[in-house]
Amino acid sequence: MSDNIEKYIKRKVYKGTSSKIAQKFVDVGLEKLRACINCGTCSGSCPSGRRTAFRTRSVLRRALTGDESVLSDIDIWLCSTCYYCYERCPRDIPVTDMIIKLRNIAVEEGYILDSHFGLASDIFYETGHGVPANGENNKKWRDLRESYGLPPLPPTVHSYPEALKECQTLMKEVGFRALLDNAKKLKDKRKLEEEKKENEKEGK
Amino acid sequence: MSEQDNWRYAFYLGCVIPNRYPMIERSIRDVFEELGSELLDMPGASCCPAPGVFRGFHIPTWLVIAARNIAIAEELGVSLITGCNGCYGTLRDAWWDLEHDREEKKHVNKLLAKIGREYKGNFEPKHVIQALYLDMGKEYIRGFIKHRFKDLKVAVHYGCHIVKPSDKRPWDGEYENPTFLDEIVELTGATSIEYKEKFMCCGAGGAVRTAVKEVAADFTREKLVNMREAGADIIINCCPFCHLQLDLGQLEVNNFYKDIIGEQFHIPVIYITQLLGVAMGMDPSRLGLIKNHDLKGVSPFISIQPFLDMVKEQLI
Repeated sequence: MSDNIEKYIKRKVYKGTSSKIAQKFVDVGLEKLRACINCGTCSGSCPSGRRTAFRTRSVLRRALTGDESVLSDIDIWLCSTCYYCYERCPRDIPVTDMIIKLRNIAVEEGYILDSHFGLASDIFYETGHGVPANGENNKKWRDLRESYGLPPLPPTVHSYPEALKECQTLMKEVGFRALLDNAKKLKDKRKLEEEKKENEKEGK
Repeated sequence: MSEQDNWRYAFYLGCVIPNRYPMIERSIRDVFEELGSELLDMPGASCCPAPGVFRGFHIPTWLVIAARNIAIAEELGVSLITGCNGCYGTLRDAWWDLEHDREEKKHVNKLLAKIGREYKGNFEPKHVIQALYLDMGKEYIRGFIKHRFKDLKVAVHYGCHIVKPSDKRPWDGEYENPTFLDEIVELTGATSIEYKEKFMCCGAGGAVRTAVKEVAADFTREKLVNMREAGADIIINCCPFCHLQLDLGQLEVNNFYKDIIGEQFHIPVIYITQLLGVAMGMDPSRLGLIKNHDLKGVSPFISIQPFLDMVKEQLI
């Protein structure tokens, strides 16, 4: 990548831009966005944008200019990854993949919804499934399997405890556990700061 | 090696099929057996992991867990098939990415070595529909059709990741107007009807359902309105997460949007192998179409009785 592009991406266009985050945008390959001609095909093709405030073009623009407020914006989680923007972009920008990368940075900075954190940490990490059938709460699903002549648990990690350990080993080695723990720490810290601010306001 | 030998697959289950819609698992297993295909279990497979949500959290985790799942199939010496668009999206994209990035592949294998596994990449992950349409072919399947529907209007829902990203899919780059699923549906005598925004997303994927259920349900509302306007008797799909969103999601649409939808929705949602199986003359109980329990709060959430009535009236 040329120095100019790097300068462009690091340019402090919006208030709140920090070069640390801008560098991360560069590191994960978001510089591909510089090919964007702002035609709006992505926004126009987006089924989510038809019913929410999510505007693909705007999100990409903010990423390109290093505007880190995009990371805490729930909009980046309203992409259903239907890939129409990716397919139709006349500049061949892999738009959907760019949004996924933005999400990765958001999580790294502790911007993750409670429901997503629970899914990742309590369900996926603990069971190896995104939608599990083990545990007392899921008995009805095991019974349902049996009613169709299937074993109560499928021949997946659910039936092989050592396979679950394999997955957890990989998730630790690749840094997923640490990523989640750190995200939680950042999230809690931010929450505390906000509460403190609220209290100070009320105190006045 | 005969053609049939090529129809040995590792059956990758994923999460939603075995753990929420086991009738889909039942129907895939039995229809493939009927077609002379052998499905091997993949012991210890995990979540794929899901391409929008878990990949959105951490791409390296997504890639290494996907590579582990593919490696389990490789040990069986066959291609894996999945009946889920999400799993297909993950396993196919991960396979594609690893085949095009040698450094990444090396890195993934360094991690997999810690659990005594290796990713080789010599077997292409496939979708159930891909196995049916591209491996076996329509003519072969036609030979198994015993009964044909006389009047069944089907709203076909493809979902997203079975066709997109199209550069990593086997459909010759077609993503705007694919026809392979309609063609399989019409083998049964049913009519695949045209409806507005047919190829639109159901709304569940990409972490949206977990983030804001109302937004996911609003996608679904639009689809259901369009399907109803076109006179759909049933919905046919090839993805359990779309299936869940169109089935359980119908209740949510009926609840969240009751003031704007007019009449409540109750369109039966049927998985492609369930439809194909009845036309092949298979007993509906082998296809997970007959309820044999009194459990509460389990799938299917929208009664499929209208479909069973049509099967009885038209096929027997």
